[in-house]
Amino acid sequence: MKPPRKNRDLAGKLVGIAVLVAGFLLAAKLCLGAPPADHFQVPSIFKPQSTPAESIFHLSILVLAITGVIFVTVFSLLAFSIAKYRRRRGDDRSEPPQVYGSNQVELAWTVIPVLVVLVLFLATARVIHSIQDAPKPPGTIEVTVIGHQFWWEFRYPGLGVVTANELHVPVSDPSHPTPTFLTLMSADTDHSFWVPQLAGKTDLIPNRVNHMWIDPHQTGLYVGQCAQYCGVEHALMLLRVYVDSQEQFDQWVKQQREPAAANVSSDEGRRVFETTSCVNCHTVSGTVANGRFGPDLTHLMSRNTIASGIMPNTSENLRNWIQDPNSIKPGSLMPAMQLNEKDQDALVAYLEALR
Amino acid sequence: MASETIAITPAGTAARPIVERLHDWVVTVDHKKLGILYIVYALFFLVVGGIEATIIRIQLIIPNNHFVSPEVFNRMFTMHGTTMIFFVTMPILFGFGTYLIPLMIGTRDMAFPRLNAFSFWLTAFGGLLLYLSFIGGNGLYGAGTAPDVGWWAYAPLTSRAFSLGHSTDFWTLALLISGIGSIGTSINFITTILCMRCPGMTLGKMPLLAWLNLVMGGMVILALSPLTAAQIMLCIDRYLGGHFFDTQAGGSAVLWMHFFWIFGHPEVYILIIPAFAFASEIIPVFSRKPIFGYPVMVAATVCIGFVSFSVWAHHMFTVGMSSYANSFFTITTMAVGVPTGIKIFNWIGTMWGGKIQFKAPMLFCIGFLFQFLIAGLTGIMLGVSPFDWQLGSSYFVVAHFHYVIVGGILFALFGAFYYWFPKISGRMYSETFAKWHFWLFLIGFHLTFDFMHVPGILGMPRRIYTYEPGRGWEIWNLIVTIGVVFQITGVLAFVGNLLWSLLRGEPAGNDPWDAWTLEWSTTSPPPDYNFATIPVVRSRRPLWDLKHPEDPDWKYE
Amino acid sequence: MSSAALTQPLIEPQWTLPSRGRVGMFSLIAAESAIFTIFVVAYIFYIGKSLSGPMPKDVLETPLFNTICLLSSSLTIHLAVRALRKSTVPAFGLWWFLTMTLGAIFLVGTGREWHRLIFDQGLTISTNLFGTTYYSLVGLHAFHVTVGLFGLGIIMIFTLAGKVKHEHSERLDVFSLYWHFVDAVWVVVFTVVYIIGR
Repeated sequence: MKPPRKNRDLAGKLVGIAVLVAGFLLAAKLCLGAPPADHFQVPSIFKPQSTPAESIFHLSILVLAITGVIFVTVFSLLAFSIAKYRRRRGDDRSEPPQVYGSNQVELAWTVIPVLVVLVLFLATARVIHSIQDAPKPPGTIEVTVIGHQFWWEFRYPGLGVVTANELHVPVSDPSHPTPTFLTLMSADTDHSFWVPQLAGKTDLIPNRVNHMWIDPHQTGLYVGQCAQYCGVEHALMLLRVYVDSQEQFDQWVKQQREPAAANVSSDEGRRVFETTSCVNCHTVSGTVANGRFGPDLTHLMSRNTIASGIMPNTSENLRNWIQDPNSIKPGSLMPAMQLNEKDQDALVAYLEALR
Repeated sequence: MASETIAITPAGTAARPIVERLHDWVVTVDHKKLGILYIVYALFFLVVGGIEATIIRIQLIIPNNHFVSPEVFNRMFTMHGTTMIFFVTMPILFGFGTYLIPLMIGTRDMAFPRLNAFSFWLTAFGGLLLYLSFIGGNGLYGAGTAPDVGWWAYAPLTSRAFSLGHSTDFWTLALLISGIGSIGTSINFITTILCMRCPGMTLGKMPLLAWLNLVMGGMVILALSPLTAAQIMLCIDRYLGGHFFDTQAGGSAVLWMHFFWIFGHPEVYILIIPAFAFASEIIPVFSRKPIFGYPVMVAATVCIGFVSFSVWAHHMFTVGMSSYANSFFTITTMAVGVPTGIKIFNWIGTMWGGKIQFKAPMLFCIGFLFQFLIAGLTGIMLGVSPFDWQLGSSYFVVAHFHYVIVGGILFALFGAFYYWFPKISGRMYSETFAKWHFWLFLIGFHLTFDFMHVPGILGMPRRIYTYEPGRGWEIWNLIVTIGVVFQITGVLAFVGNLLWSLLRGEPAGNDPWDAWTLEWSTTSPPPDYNFATIPVVRSRRPLWDLKHPEDPDWKYE
Repeated sequence: MSSAALTQPLIEPQWTLPSRGRVGMFSLIAAESAIFTIFVVAYIFYIGKSLSGPMPKDVLETPLFNTICLLSSSLTIHLAVRALRKSTVPAFGLWWFLTMTLGAIFLVGTGREWHRLIFDQGLTISTNLFGTTYYSLVGLHAFHVTVGLFGLGIIMIFTLAGKVKHEHSERLDVFSLYWHFVDAVWVVVFTVVYIIGR
């Protein structure tokens, strides 16, 4: 015999809630316990690897705890009142006692939330200050990040390095910190630099200079992407941050500072590069190419990906990209170069020599 | 003195030609017809906005999908947001207010009936103008196609340099026009509520729906105006060579953000406060008790109205404001959560000790309570600015605000639909159909919006037309999209119920819910003149006083 | 269907509520104030931030005469409404006409100032941030003066046709609230543009 309608409704609700809770727990486990699927980790904010991200993580535990308690309390009251005060079968349809309010109860449930808010705010203010007003220790690496539609320009003014899309920073030892401080600017529209495991995001806004910092404790590759809608290819403006050991980083800097590698077999390609409009947008240091509109290509082959992280840096991909960028990233500001086969082969050979 | 309705002679009820009846609807200044026009208009755009959302979700169901091009996707999320806020939620809430306020305060129409009609048609025209943007093909790059700048239209993306053609202008002008319509409607609400209440109905005795719409009206005239101003500035930039937001000339992109969010944040309270009003009318009736703590409910709402104007930059925590500014907006954001949260306690307090009936309006209001609680808590989380530095502009935020708007506002709206449908149409809806609607939509809502929080936590930003595999986002996007199917089915059940009930529903009678406010004292549907004689009231629940002369409210208030 | 008595004995003997016109007009004024506030904020924010071009102190001349005219028109419209309340319609007509004239003088003066700025000083809305914010703010105000003048004109026509009577004084008082608002906005604009901004 079927249970009465009201009880079925109630049972259904409780089952639904149980499913949801189970689902949440599963989700939480997957968030926190996901194994690395690739050579980069899933960029979860709950797996911080850098001081600012860790401060935020610790604060978020407090916030989740407080909101969790509030949720459980209020939800229990709601569930209880639905269960206990529902109209039963056979009810005489008389009206229940008409209660208009209660000053004591209302005062209590006003004062308690105000206290909760105070506690939350004080904890938050501390973290805001510790992140935003952090001093720069002596070993700081300074990087200027310039956001473009749809790629990232990285300049290391103190080290004389210019690169694009893949940021290299040294790992920071807590006893002798070497954080990286980023100065954020934009060449066109609004962008936002977000690598969840390293720090919260900060926007890149034209005609404005912003600052943020990262302080990674573990070497590895961390991924992120532009987090402020900037136009058609906002989705394909990916970020790759390589946290290197100090030796690896020094090695990388040394290599990046050299002018373009000369290579006899690529002279033809260099001619194509320098006589086509490539030089209007791209820089290859040590040559006549000094365009600033597109990424610096001096050490193109030192990067693992091209077109702002969306494809591996292979010969095939490079060729397809030059042939017609808009077929891969529609709305990209690089025009199709319309080269013949021979010129294309030469050009790709030249680019592949730019180590 | 009795408050009977005046008998209508047979001559008055003879069916008139269809052209005449349609003309009546077009030229009407009757608040009831205008209310229905607003609601039907909004329901149409709810379907359109839902289609746009479905396209978005299909594109995101797997990584590197090619269901639509990036250009189309960007138009979809822009149009989805703009449509849902300006041409669904605002009109539908205005519609319910326009229909109900005169009835609930015991008067015959709004203060300015012609302004009422004018405001509706302005809003309607705005929506049509926005959708006109789809027409006009891809000839000149960008010209004549739908706006694709996001519903906040951040500068300098909206400048002539980055938004070629006229798509942004469709956005600007459509919202400028409908914004003026909204301001007109709010002037009407405020004036009606302050100047046309029936004798005996002091401000302390009017239904909460009237109070909340009064606060909302005040907020609209102060919040829509900054948006109007900003849009005029944008037009000046785009057409007269102005430099308000022209960063190349020293202008500030952040200034647009400030102006937009000074509108944008109060706007979301403008949307939720009428939903609170529905809950405040429905929950008491189906718990068989008066609202718990009426004075505090009013005070809390007025408080929300004011404080909500001080929190706007919590949408700008990542913009690089100083730590002092970020702290200020953190504390105000948390502060506004206090009066909001208190209301949840008052609703639970209303249910406590009552005799709850789980009819469709109440089911949806219970869903509203549960979901608004969660939405409020994720809002507090986002108000903690460092947490927002991680989760802002990510799918966590998208999940949060859909939790508020769909889980809160839309659920309360469905409740309001079922509650007042008998009054508006004169017929009862099918309770079985409604329960199917509720459960299907509930499952779909939770599948989509619960699990949508996860990709945000895993680093997925908003407004991306695709994503690479290996980031851990695939399974969550799949589940989110599956939930859409249930929601669509639920909405179909809803529309089916409305149509079927309009044609075949049982006659409802004046007062099918045994309720207590004035609209239930007149016929269903009410006559053109609402009441034969203007009522005179003595308490907040005039019909309770009538039904319980031995125990009237005015002895206790 | 319900024939229950829905009237309760009134507690207060008299039931008066505010006038619809007044409340409506105050609401409109609130909305308009918010719009003007945003333009004023933009103006103040951009003071001193123009990258080039004529600066305020180089080109602005204080419109003292215009201001006196506009502010006096508040007085004249007040006197007009007072005259109508006392049923002296010809006096009302005279003061109303004077109000219109003063408003028109203000607009003409603004037009002349703009002509000088554009053609003699080379300051247009697209010249620099100062140009953009100046013309927008002063222009928005002038637009509101124009709308007010239009309303004044229609009422003037009705007056000349003999249609305006004592019983309309309340409505015209409500209309005059709009005109007073326009004048009040000018006080703010004048202070911000010609005093603070220079």
